[in-house]
Amino acid sequence: MTILTEAEAKALLTKVLSYSKADECEVNLLSEERGNLRYARNEVSTSGSVTNRNLAVQSAFGKRVGVATIDEFDDASLEKVVRRSEELARLAPENPEYVGVLGPQQYLKANGFFDSTASISSADRAAAAGKSLTLTRDANLVGAGFLEDSYGMRAMMNSKGLFAYYPSTNVNFSLTVRTPDGRGSGYVTRGYSDFTKLDTSSATRIAMQKAQASADARALEPGKYTVILEPTAGAVLIENIYADLDARSADEGRSYFSKAGGKSRLGDKIVDDRVTIYSDPTNPELPASPWSGDGRPQEKTMWIEKGVVKNLAYSRYWAQKTGRKATPYPGNLIMLGGNSSLEDMIRTTPRGILVTKLWYIRPVDPQTMLYTGLTRDGTFYIENGRIKFPIKNFRFNESPIIMLNNLDALGKPERTVSTESFSNHLIPPMKIREFTFTSLSDAV
Amino acid sequence: MGAGSLLLPSLPAFSRTVAPEALLEPGLDVSVKKRLADAALNAAKSKGATYADVRIGRYLNQFVITREDKVENLINTESFGVGVRVIADGCWGFAAIVDARSETDMAKAAEKAVSIAKANATLMKTPVQLAPQKGFGEVSWKAPIKTNAFEVPIKEKADLLLTANSAALKNGANFVNSQLFLVNEQKYFASTDGTYADQDIHRIWPTFTVTAIDPKTGKFETRQALSAPMGMSYDYLQANPTDKITGITTRYNMGYDILEDITAAAKQAKQKLSAKSVEAGKYDLVLDPSHTWLTIHESVGHPLELDRVLGYEANFAGTSFATLDKWESKNFQYGSKLVNFFADKTQPNSLGAVGWDDEGVETQRWDLVKDGILVNYQAIRDQVHIIGETHSQGCCYADSWSSVQFQRMANVSLAAGKTPLSVAEMIKDVEKGVYIIGDGSFSIDQQRYNFQFGGQLFYEIKNGQIVGMLKDVAYQSNTREFWNSCVAVCDQRDFRLGGAFFDGKGQPMQSNAVSHGSTTARFKGVNVINTARKI
Repeated sequence: MTILTEAEAKALLTKVLSYSKADECEVNLLSEERGNLRYARNEVSTSGSVTNRNLAVQSAFGKRVGVATIDEFDDASLEKVVRRSEELARLAPENPEYVGVLGPQQYLKANGFFDSTASISSADRAAAAGKSLTLTRDANLVGAGFLEDSYGMRAMMNSKGLFAYYPSTNVNFSLTVRTPDGRGSGYVTRGYSDFTKLDTSSATRIAMQKAQASADARALEPGKYTVILEPTAGAVLIENIYADLDARSADEGRSYFSKAGGKSRLGDKIVDDRVTIYSDPTNPELPASPWSGDGRPQEKTMWIEKGVVKNLAYSRYWAQKTGRKATPYPGNLIMLGGNSSLEDMIRTTPRGILVTKLWYIRPVDPQTMLYTGLTRDGTFYIENGRIKFPIKNFRFNESPIIMLNNLDALGKPERTVSTESFSNHLIPPMKIREFTFTSLSDAV
Repeated sequence: MGAGSLLLPSLPAFSRTVAPEALLEPGLDVSVKKRLADAALNAAKSKGATYADVRIGRYLNQFVITREDKVENLINTESFGVGVRVIADGCWGFAAIVDARSETDMAKAAEKAVSIAKANATLMKTPVQLAPQKGFGEVSWKAPIKTNAFEVPIKEKADLLLTANSAALKNGANFVNSQLFLVNEQKYFASTDGTYADQDIHRIWPTFTVTAIDPKTGKFETRQALSAPMGMSYDYLQANPTDKITGITTRYNMGYDILEDITAAAKQAKQKLSAKSVEAGKYDLVLDPSHTWLTIHESVGHPLELDRVLGYEANFAGTSFATLDKWESKNFQYGSKLVNFFADKTQPNSLGAVGWDDEGVETQRWDLVKDGILVNYQAIRDQVHIIGETHSQGCCYADSWSSVQFQRMANVSLAAGKTPLSVAEMIKDVEKGVYIIGDGSFSIDQQRYNFQFGGQLFYEIKNGQIVGMLKDVAYQSNTREFWNSCVAVCDQRDFRLGGAFFDGKGQPMQSNAVSHGSTTARFKGVNVINTARKI
């Protein structure tokens, strides 16, 4: 399959809109192809590919709104989906929060589409996985991995003349390597827009090294420790700050970003001065769509700048109601760091713990953004600037807000893949004081 | 964004939004499905498959989503297609096609599955060993529902939620979000073993979250529904008095009264704002089935999945502490002698109940832990030889026609105590304890040793009496230590189901729905932590 070009998408959406009899009509188009290869116990277990295309038509009569979707694009089907959305709109109760569709917008230029990824074949997938399998088999280690690539486009058009188009590609690779006796386990994950950047051999060597180095783990007492979080470990905590950025929940008094007296923390300093988290669709290392799902432009937006909450995300309705700018939810997560390498950070640590991955992160108390979860696949004790020995996994109960107030140092940001949401983020390694571990786990 | 159906990632691929009436249209006639299935089976065999199965699936979803006095979203989706799975050259192959209506389409899918199997076979070292399965001929199974929720007008369903929301707001809630999830899987399975199973499965989950806020302090508390997702339909929302378990708060069995529960929830969320913050330490826990289902799910259901034990899920969900040597020893004490876990895919009104699994095995009940000892796992046809069995227990499931079926959790339950014991009698024996109702925060490690669970309602027990509400409670334990600390299990009168409507597993991830039954149980000296933090 090939995805629709901008001109083809424009022609298709124009045709869909020509069938509309509603007051307002907006059409979203998705066309994508996904391929994957999975292996476990050093053997390929499953592989597959899926083609997905979908057209969603939203029709509005006044404040009555209906949405219908379809995956067939012949003229009769296109007209049918428009009619169906109109029927649903007529049946729907009035939505007092419907604010109408946007007019034409200007978007930044973002390049998230790479031919190298769009042209991945099943042979390419097998070759990439094969390199990894050869290494683990030859080393008498056990590999379980997953390679998933996607290429596709999204476009939208509405009856007020807005048109947006964005093609993108992505490839995620993850691998868990275990020792045959099950005493050691290591993990690695890589995410890129450009497939040529993926080197499964070097990634595999990292997971192999962690698997071998994590065997014979010793138990440390739970408590508060200085930790160095590798980017993959930090990502799953930092992304939860993003998940909480909704201005309405903050204004309504039911999120961490709420304050006593019905106010929000917008403008408050909540974490260390060195913490800056922003989104930018034009970032070359982590490109993202320059428009949000409802057509609003995605601009470079500071969410936390030098420790201060600079923006919260507003729906267009809530922005109108509160007289604020309708800043959409961010499309990517970039956290600024420093220049020191992970090795430098270890070298300057008298006593601490290197955490390479966190797992099963769940909210415990939304008021303090307290999360629980565990370390996994390689946790190491650091003494006098050197990794001394592997340690047993810990459960933590910690808030990313408290954690970023106990910041000691930041390293160089890297693109990593969240092991919870599978989103790609740019996150630095972080050294944190007094990170709270509450119990030990025997899991390897 | 405009695309309502795209907001919920758990919807099966290729679902399309349809008018509510379309969900009532009949699917293909069973004779047409048999003809299509035979076309795929014959094509697979003629291309060299030694085994083939076909799933023709029509999946219907209806979700009603509200907040306060507004219907936020109405989602109606239908997905129809075919998945063909084959063994050729000793290796699995799978292909799926959307909207297959002709014998030619079926043959094409089968041929593709065979070619994928043959390609993958070149990388394979050990051929698939499939447990034999007798054919059942043309059979059918239908969930025993009384009122099909898809036939109830959408307005009635939306009005029910809005009335519930209004009750919450009148009783002190500042905000309320409520949802009704309805699922109907119409599945036709056929295999070269000679089974043609036509099945009609229904699931329902009415749920809500109420929020109470103290504007002066900026604190807020929530209380979620004590409903369970069930393998039922609208009849679940028509509760009889016999479905209600009264006590410190009302809980529900085979029927749910959302208006009563949401009214209590609003009052309890407010009460939580001024409840006593728990003092960390060791407590006896008295766990209600509305809570225990999740602890069973995470610490028993998942570790006893044979694919996890073998390492097939090592890169994502993880492996298991319950390794084969522990099972082989026949003396691994998973829990105390009072602890009996059984798996049962025939349990009436449960989420996992079906007649045949997704590889043509008739469903059954079997023991996992007997008198505290680990005795079995949950497995599928290409695994059972590893545990010395010749017949699968029927744990194969795919969440859509487009997903390949694999081993999924059966309904796993804690058997009721054999000696008569009521909840009131159990609480009388507790000197220092916490009574937990409803499920809350949950987290467990990748081998299922260390876990932490919260809840919805916590009550302090002192010297055999409930003395007041607590908050900021979570307990941490280790699976084996925890189930060995089980000192009392109430009798069958208290047996109720809880469950997971969207349990994720696999890469790419698939969703599964599964119930877990239990009676109220008591655990001695469990570590309780206080989850409040100052910022």
